[in-house]
Amino acid sequence: MIRLEQVSKSYPTSTRPALDGVDVDIEKGEFVFLVGSSGSGKSTFLRLVLKEEIPSAGRVHVAGKDLARLSSWKVPALRRSIGCVFQDFRLLPNKTVHQNVAFALEVIGKPQSLIDRVVPEVLDLVGLEGKAKRMPDELSGGEQQRVAVARAFVNRPMILIADEPTGNLDPSTSVGIMKLLDRINRTGTTVVMATHDAAIVDSMRRRVVELSMGKVVRDQSRGVYGYGA
Amino acid sequence: MRAQFILSEIGIGLRRNLTMTIAVILTVAISLMLSGSGWLLHKQVDAMKGYWYDKVEVTVFLCSSTSSSANCAGKDVTEEQRLALGAALRAAPQVKEVFYESKEDAYKRFKEQFKESPDLVDNVGPNALPESYRVKLHNPKQFDQVASAFQDQPGVDGVQDLKKLLDPVFKVLGAFQKGAYIVSVLMLASAVILISNTIRVAAFSRRRETGIMRLVGASNLYIQLPFLLEGAIAGLIGGVFACGLVAMGKWWFIDQQLRPLVKFTVFIGWDAVYHLIPFLLLIGVLLSSAASLVTLRRHLRV
Repeated sequence: MIRLEQVSKSYPTSTRPALDGVDVDIEKGEFVFLVGSSGSGKSTFLRLVLKEEIPSAGRVHVAGKDLARLSSWKVPALRRSIGCVFQDFRLLPNKTVHQNVAFALEVIGKPQSLIDRVVPEVLDLVGLEGKAKRMPDELSGGEQQRVAVARAFVNRPMILIADEPTGNLDPSTSVGIMKLLDRINRTGTTVVMATHDAAIVDSMRRRVVELSMGKVVRDQSRGVYGYGA
Repeated sequence: MRAQFILSEIGIGLRRNLTMTIAVILTVAISLMLSGSGWLLHKQVDAMKGYWYDKVEVTVFLCSSTSSSANCAGKDVTEEQRLALGAALRAAPQVKEVFYESKEDAYKRFKEQFKESPDLVDNVGPNALPESYRVKLHNPKQFDQVASAFQDQPGVDGVQDLKKLLDPVFKVLGAFQKGAYIVSVLMLASAVILISNTIRVAAFSRRRETGIMRLVGASNLYIQLPFLLEGAIAGLIGGVFACGLVAMGKWWFIDQQLRPLVKFTVFIGWDAVYHLIPFLLLIGVLLSSAASLVTLRRHLRV
């Protein structure tokens, strides 16, 4: 589903490459933790998959497509097959929960009848039934992140990318979000999650790819956060 | 649904930047009004030229006892001289038509032309105006040949080219027209800069929305269209205002002020204004859309 071959990425402002000869192959339906300290290249990895960045060397394949050969007008189609969740939720503060989720469908031109049907469905799925008319600032952090997950998943993407989704949440709320991501993974969606949260990685026992200084230093199925941790 | 979504986005954008939108509308309106006025002035000059150049081109004034020209030596033209001149003019190859105007004819025409100013008419006696031959040329540019041939003939007081008389007037009008064009170009340039700034502010204030649109895979069209239409709508409203201002100007200045005052020429009609309107609207829309598009390419990359 996602394959990086000898991928390197250097930014013009930095002497050290953000990624350096990375080889990773993620199968359809996998749940992968991307771990490593700040600056290890996790965010660059995710941005390459979204074609927000172009690699300096190597190839990135997503959903069977070579991103280097994907013309720019097809990038929106690629991004429709990938859902994104971030540490800072990125909700629109002037829209209700329902409108925030519906926005993701409206802007890709889905008909209103479909929106009216699937938005309540996905809000039920993430455990926000009855909160459709709330504004984001009336919700707790965990609930806001659930709205963000609902928005990422409402279009049923093949891949869900989560960049430190529990970074702003307390441990018990984080567990709820992880259960949600696990449930989404069980529907067949490939989930790639960058995280610092050792407890979560250790409790889930899923594949772990560790990056350090832009290199893959560990790729372990059913791994833990770190050897020493 | 799509249209409704985009329309609501445009409404939000226009309201969010209300002061900027008003500034854009006003600059577009004023610049287009100036361009439109320049064009109407051009049409007016053309109409006047057509009217005047169609009339008598060259007037050969004949001597009278009151004329100061040395050629006349203070004597009236003789019957003989007048007939000889008439025959010579008709025989000249450059001449198309010749009319004779007696002193009485000249006085009658003068009274008719200035019937609004009786003081002026009272001061001019029936004998004050010279008799003349009014000559139409095949080609108005051949005036100099005719003038030099007849200038010093006996009984000729002077030869006057109406075109030469009018040229300074047209020059002044032409200068106004050029001025209007130059100012309108400057105003259009400032309109473009204002629009591009407005769109930049709008893109910045909606960066959260556009960021999410990009992430969930909205196409460029979906992301950019609201901004583009925002610019186009502001440009269109500016164009509508410009049309209103031009029409008002034509009605007030030409129809209300000039027409009763100036009797002896033609004025442009409403058809010139009607021809102008679609161009003003089109320029307003195209200019602001182009300015928005260029700005978006720089500030809303995918």
